[in-house]
Amino acid sequence: MKIAVCVSHVPDTATRIKVGDDGKTIDQTGVTYVVNPYDEFAIEEALKTKEALGGEVVAISLGGDQNKETIRKALAMGVDSGVLLKDDSQRDSLSVAKALAEEIKAQGAEIVFFGKQSVDYDNSIVGQLTAELLGYNSVTVAVSLKIEGDKVVAEREIEGGKEVVETTLPVVITAQKGLNEPRYASLKGIMAAKRKTIEEKPAAEFESKVEVIRMKKPPEKAPGKIVGTDASAAAELVRLLREEAKVI
Amino acid sequence: MAEENKAEALKGGEFLIKETNPETVFIPEDINEEQKLMADTVREFVEKEIMPRLDAIDKQEPGLTTSLLEKAGETGLLSTSIPEEYGGIGQDFNTNTIIAMEMGPSHSFGVSYAAHTGIGTLPILYYGTEEQKQKYLPKLATGELKSAYCLTEPTSGSDALSAKTTAKLSDDGKYYILNGQKMWITNGGFADILITFAQVDGDKFTAFIIPTDSEGFTRGEEENKLGIKGSSTRALFLDNVKVPKENVLGEIGKGHYIAFNILNIGRFKLGAMTTGGAKRFISVAVQYANERKQFGKTIGSFGAIKHKLAEMAIRTFVSEAAILRTSGLINQRVEELKAQGESYSSALIKAAEEYAIESSIMKVFGSEMLDYVVDEVVQVHGGYGYSEEYPAARAYRDSRINRIFEGTNEINRLLVVDMLVKRSMKGRLDLMTPAMGIQKELLSIPSFGEEPEGLLAKEMEAVRKAKKAALMVAGSAVQKFMQKLGEQQEIIMNITDMVIEIFAAESAILRTLKFANKNGEAAAKYFVDMTKVYVSEALEKINLYGKHAVSAFAEGDELKVLLLGLKRFTKFDPVNVIKLRREVADKMLEENKYCF
Ligand SMILES: Cc1cc2nc3c(=O)[nH]c(=O)nc-3n(C[C@H](O)[C@H](O)[C@H](O)COP(=O)(O)OP(=O)(O)OC[C@H]3O[C@@H](n4cnc5c(N)ncnc54)[C@H](O)[C@@H]3O)c2cc1C
Repeated sequence: MKIAVCVSHVPDTATRIKVGDDGKTIDQTGVTYVVNPYDEFAIEEALKTKEALGGEVVAISLGGDQNKETIRKALAMGVDSGVLLKDDSQRDSLSVAKALAEEIKAQGAEIVFFGKQSVDYDNSIVGQLTAELLGYNSVTVAVSLKIEGDKVVAEREIEGGKEVVETTLPVVITAQKGLNEPRYASLKGIMAAKRKTIEEKPAAEFESKVEVIRMKKPPEKAPGKIVGTDASAAAELVRLLREEAKVI
Repeated sequence: MAEENKAEALKGGEFLIKETNPETVFIPEDINEEQKLMADTVREFVEKEIMPRLDAIDKQEPGLTTSLLEKAGETGLLSTSIPEEYGGIGQDFNTNTIIAMEMGPSHSFGVSYAAHTGIGTLPILYYGTEEQKQKYLPKLATGELKSAYCLTEPTSGSDALSAKTTAKLSDDGKYYILNGQKMWITNGGFADILITFAQVDGDKFTAFIIPTDSEGFTRGEEENKLGIKGSSTRALFLDNVKVPKENVLGEIGKGHYIAFNILNIGRFKLGAMTTGGAKRFISVAVQYANERKQFGKTIGSFGAIKHKLAEMAIRTFVSEAAILRTSGLINQRVEELKAQGESYSSALIKAAEEYAIESSIMKVFGSEMLDYVVDEVVQVHGGYGYSEEYPAARAYRDSRINRIFEGTNEINRLLVVDMLVKRSMKGRLDLMTPAMGIQKELLSIPSFGEEPEGLLAKEMEAVRKAKKAALMVAGSAVQKFMQKLGEQQEIIMNITDMVIEIFAAESAILRTLKFANKNGEAAAKYFVDMTKVYVSEALEKINLYGKHAVSAFAEGDELKVLLLGLKRFTKFDPVNVIKLRREVADKMLEENKYCF
C-alpha cells in the first residue's frame, strides 16, 4: 500500500509577519519556517496507517528548495521517501492541487493525507481539490480514523460536535488537531533520514487563476475592557454586550 | 572547514597570546541541517514534556522525573555522546553542545538530565573496561538505568580529594567493602548506579561503580533546597557496601584523573546550558515588556527597561559566541586526535583537558551571565516577577545553583590562573616571551600608529592590547610572589576576571566578523552594536581589575609604570552605549523575542 502525505513549509506561527515592499508578499527577513502544524498530524497519521496496514509513505511538497527542510523533518519522523515538486513562483490552490494530483497518481498512492489547512494562506482547500481531481473520496477535518480493508471510518469535527462518516479507498484525509499526537523526530530517526532520498523535479505547470493583488495586516484589535471584578459588574457587562458589542 | 584554517586552531589558553582568524570559529550560523533537526527535537521535547509539568516536577511527584528520563531515552536524548557500538548515537562534540543549549531552559529536569548523561555516564564511557561499557552504557542510553555521581562528602566539597569514604579489599581479594557518606548527590533519590569515589588503603583515591541495590546502601531524605526543587538531591550512606572488584572504575589511585577530567566537560556543558536558558528567559521578559502597560505606555518603551533587555541580550550573545567558539576548538581537537588513531574516549579526554582553561572560563561566565539575566527578568516583571504565577520566579531561583556546583566559581577562577601558570612553567604555553616583550614595551615611548580601520578593527585592536594588560599584571604578580602567588587569591581573581573579559570580548568580535564576512555588514548590524557595547565596557572592567591587582603589590615608581601601562593598554574611546543598547532592545521588542 502506498501512502502519500502532502506537506507545506510555512512561516513559524510565532514569527511577526511584515508585508514586503511590493505589497503582495511577506518580507522574508528574519522569518523562520517550519512544517505546517496541521501537516504534523497528517504525517503522524500516515505513519500510524503504515504501521497498521504495511506499505510505504512518501512525503510530497511543492515549493522552493527550502521546502526540503520540511520533507527532511518528515523523513526524520519516519516517512520513507520524499518528493520535492520544485516551484519558486506563487501559485493558487487549484494549480497546487493539480500538480500534487499528478504526482500522487504517478506514485500510485491510494491513501493521501493533508493537514486541514496551511497556516500561511489558510485557504483550507488543497486537500479537497486534490481529491476531486483524482476522483478519490475525501474526509476533511478528521479527528479520528480507522481503515479496514477498503472501508474507511472517520470522525470529523463539525460545528458544535462530531460527525462519523464512512467511505472507501482510495481516499484523501485532511487532518485536524486531535487526530493524534505527533511523534518526535527521534535523534536516530534524524540520522536515518540522511540516508533517505528526496527526489526533486519541476512541478507541473498550470495556470493560476487567483492573483494576490495586495496584502495587508488585520487592523489592530481594540484593547479589552475590565468592567469590574465581582458580581456587581454583571449588569454593566450585560449592557455593554447588548449595546456596544451587540452580541446578545 | 578549509585545511589552512584547521592548522590555525589555537591550543588551550593560547588565545591570551595569539590571534584567531574569525573564519576558524564555530558560530550559530555554522550549525548544519541535521544538527538543527536535532535541536528542534530537543526544543519540542522541552516544550511538550517538561514545560507543562514544571510544577509537578518541582513537587517531585513520584516517578515523574524517572519516566521523563526514560522518554528522553526513547527520543535518543540520553545517548548523544555514547558511540553506536554501546547503543548510543555517537554525535560529535558540537552537536552535543547544541543539544545541551536546547536543554538549558528545562529547569530542574535539565539538572537531572545533565547529571545522568554527563557526570553519571561519561566516567564509564571514558574510563570503563570493555565489560563495564557493554554492561552499563546501553542501559544508560535508554534510561533503563539511571546514574548519579558521588564525589562530595559532608567534610569535603571544594577540597574533593580529601574524601573520607574508604574502600577495603576483602580477605578473599574478590570484593571491595565501602564505608562512608556522600552529600548533595543529584539523582540520589532514584539512581540505580553510582559513580563513587573512595580512598583505597587510606590514600589511593579511586572510582567505583556501585549498584544501589547493594546491601548496606541507604538514601537520606530529599534536601529542602533554594531552587531546582524538582531535582533529587540526597545524602547517601555506605555501610559495609560490598562490590565485586570488577566494579573498580579506572585504576586504583587514579580516581582524581576521572574526577577532574569529567569536571572539565561538565563545566563546559554548564556554560552551554546556562546560555540556552538565558535565551529563553530573555524572550519571556521581552514579551512581558511588550504587554505590560504603565503610565499609558508599554513598559518596553521606557529607557530603563530597554537597558535591561539589551544588557541581558548582549551578555547572552557574548556567552553564546564564547561557548560555541570553545566547542569548535574541542570538536576540532577531538577529530584531529581520532584521525591520529586515538580512541573516541581518549580523544575526548585529551581535547577537554587541552581546553580546560576555556571550560572553567565558560562555567564562570555562563553561570554569572544567567544569574544577571534571571535577576533582571524578575525586575522587568515587577511584582509579578515575585509571583509563582509567572515563570520569572522559577528561573530566578533555579539559576543560582550554577555558581556552586561543578566546582564553585571561586575554585574555577583560581584554576584559570593556576592552569595558565602551570602550563607556562612546563613550557606548554609560552607566556614568558610575550610577557617580557611587554616589560620592554612599557619602558619605551608609545607609538601613535594609525587608527585601525575596518569593521570592529578598533575593538580588535583594543582586545589585542587588553591581552598585554593581562599579561603585564599577571607577569608582575608572578615575579613578585613567585611560588606564593597562590596565597594572593584576590589578585588571582582579578587576573582571572581580566582573562575572562578578554576571552568573552574577543569571542564576540570573532562571531560578528565571521557573520558579517558571510552575510554583509548590514545583516550584522545588531551583532556589531552588541559587540561594541560589550567590548567598550569590558575594557573599563579590565582596567579596573588591573588597577586593583597592581595596587595591591606594587608601589612607588613600579606602581606608576604599571598604572601607566594599564592605561595605555586599556585605552578606548567612549562609545554611545545608550544608543546602541536602545537599538538592540527595540529590535527585540519588535520581534517580541530574543532574536540574535
Ligand atoms: C543542588 C546541588 C547538587 C549537587 N550535586 C552534586 C553531585 O551530583 N555530585 C557531587 O559530587 N556533588 C554535588 N554537589 C556538591 C557541590 O559540587 C559542592 O557543594 C561544591 O563543590 C562546593 O562544596 P561545598 O558545598 O562543600 O562548599 P565549600 O567547599 O565548603 O565552599 C564554601 C565556600 O568557600 C569557598 N572555597 C572553598 N575552598 C576555597 C579555596 N581554596 N579558596 C577560596 N575559596 C574557597 C567556596 O567557593 C565557597 O564559596 C551538589 C551541590 C548542590 C547544592
